[in-house]
Amino acid sequence: MREDFLAEAVRRDMSGNPATIPAAACVPDAHGRFGTYGGRYVPETLTRALEELASAYEAARQDAAFQTELSTLLRDYVGRPSPLYHAQRLSAHCGGAQIWLKREDLNHTGSHKINNTLGQTLLTRRMGKMRVIAETGAGQHGVATATACARFGLPCVIYMGAEDIRRQAPNVFSMRLLGAEVRPVASGSRTLRDAINEAMRDWMASVETTHYILGSVVGPHPFPRIVRDFQSVIGRETIQQCRTQLGRLPDLVVACVGGGSNAAGMFFPFVQETDVPLVGVEAGGRGDRPGEHASPLNFGSPGILHGSLSYVMQDADGQTCDVHSVSAGLDYPGVGPEHSYWKDTGRVQYVACRDAAALAAFDLLARCEGILPALESAHAVAHATQLARTRAAHEVIVVCLSGRGDKDAAEIARLRAEAGPSRPNPPELETQP
Amino acid sequence: MSAIDRLFEQCRREQRKALMPFVTAGDPDLAFTQALVRELARQGGDLCELGIPYSDPIADGPVIQASFTRALAQHVRLDDIFHAIAEVAPGVSMPLVTMVSYSIIHRQGLEQYVARAQAAGLAGAIVPDLLVEESGPLRAICRRADFSLIQLVTPTTPRERAIRIAHASTGFVYYVSVTGITGERAALPPQIVDNVAELRSHTTLPICIGFGISQPAHVRMLAPVADGLIVGSAIVRRVAEAAQRPRGDILREVGQYVAELAAALRQAEREATRVR
Repeated sequence: MREDFLAEAVRRDMSGNPATIPAAACVPDAHGRFGTYGGRYVPETLTRALEELASAYEAARQDAAFQTELSTLLRDYVGRPSPLYHAQRLSAHCGGAQIWLKREDLNHTGSHKINNTLGQTLLTRRMGKMRVIAETGAGQHGVATATACARFGLPCVIYMGAEDIRRQAPNVFSMRLLGAEVRPVASGSRTLRDAINEAMRDWMASVETTHYILGSVVGPHPFPRIVRDFQSVIGRETIQQCRTQLGRLPDLVVACVGGGSNAAGMFFPFVQETDVPLVGVEAGGRGDRPGEHASPLNFGSPGILHGSLSYVMQDADGQTCDVHSVSAGLDYPGVGPEHSYWKDTGRVQYVACRDAAALAAFDLLARCEGILPALESAHAVAHATQLARTRAAHEVIVVCLSGRGDKDAAEIARLRAEAGPSRPNPPELETQP
Repeated sequence: MSAIDRLFEQCRREQRKALMPFVTAGDPDLAFTQALVRELARQGGDLCELGIPYSDPIADGPVIQASFTRALAQHVRLDDIFHAIAEVAPGVSMPLVTMVSYSIIHRQGLEQYVARAQAAGLAGAIVPDLLVEESGPLRAICRRADFSLIQLVTPTTPRERAIRIAHASTGFVYYVSVTGITGERAALPPQIVDNVAELRSHTTLPICIGFGISQPAHVRMLAPVADGLIVGSAIVRRVAEAAQRPRGDILREVGQYVAELAAALRQAEREATRVR
């Protein structure tokens, strides 16, 4: 029955009708459970707002006017559908499978985050709330939230870790240009995790007039489901484009996973396509020891963080561990509960990619294809190039290129200066494809 | 019948309200926490809430957050906390409960956490991020162990839900006075009085009010409707100075502050008796 629905969603996309938000799938259940994961572990103060959000979303999902407004915005304001692009020189360089990039970096604001923020901004308006707050790591969600709020005339406050403000300065400037207030968070690890804590605390006091636009498939029910649904346009378009451009589905789909929103959006429509293996790439950081990486699905265990049960990096007492990634968007000790569910059911394989490999993939994509990927997305590119080398030339790997890398240019320059002349040279490339 | 049930039975018999101070375990270290608990008991504390430091508290304001950070910076472990509580509990007459994130309980295992807490002499737990919907498994374990599981009602809780929470709670119901995080407030919303009175018509459990209470005036305002009052940030803020100043001074000041609140509470009780 669900397969029918997905087929129907794809058919409607192909016929040019408004994209639909998927109807309730097998997961989550009414309590927000993906298998044993998910749920709602928050202070009682937030319950009413979460209930209100769940019912507003349920009503919006079934409201044709809402869906038409959203899909029109996605087409005319965001520029969807985003292209599926054959990276021929990159594929030739790897010497194996063909790598195709789902170009979420070409969206307005430069990443997939806008798919979710527009949807949630429409929900904000529908609930009659007059103020928006959000957290951001790399700043992509912050920019996308500030953009959607500017578009609808809503005041917004963005919480961002002080360390992330330093390493993603261009996005901070953009948010302020768009009229958002960026509040630095200096507590804890001064990264995404602390930004979420601070946004939650704001929401505790402002919940009656404010909507919290959570940017990933994390947090208490119904956020993981809502964000996944709004991001699923990525996977639905990809399926349609593969059928049109390749005449078949891909042999492999790869996406990076921090909280996991671009991966959830890409994977969800593919979940029922059981012949297509799905690979999520976590941040492997500097090494496999605790504190050196941000790979809860590879090295963590089930625990509770930010309102839901999922894999998390925790010590024996239940304190959240510090994590590391060169990429601010992946520098997070938890992950969305649906990814934990997909991991345990075996539907998605999760691997980790080190900082150095991601930085090398950044260079490679820049030099081969003239595309600067976000450092987050570079993790997925890195793993895809590795896999491509082991696959036959007729095989197709689709990579979700979740965002553009302009925001990372200054930080990469700094890392290079730090590394000094011992840094390996950029990859040798053919001058002709 | 847990120690908390016995406390409130006694309070009702004596027409008395409970003063319930909160301190963070291990801030700045566990030896100080032990000394503080003894001092609080001497100065009129009826029940002590011990905050278990947690790395990612969502319901807590800057003062309690900072105290968690200080404690965790000293690498305080759950083992050490239980050990320190076990040493201090037999010597004080007031029941001790933990304010603890479900993240920590879940990590230990529910059975294991309750067994260890009880062995340390704790009478119950307040779990601020455990909603009534998710509390079933822990509730069952706590009931079997006669370990109080105190649940929270807030100003945003609809009436029917508040009644459900009260029915699921044991020991007492924690009524959160404000929509927001922990921390001192200059003024408290006046509708608390009516909201608590309304909830009282649906439960026989004691109702204790917390969040924002710091001044004798707050105590006088809320004492008529509450069975107990919880004071946290105002104490933790004073403890925060322990790093820079002699510990004896801090203990004395906190003790004096709690004694003032206790005096305000006694005064409110006397006025209530006169009205009757």
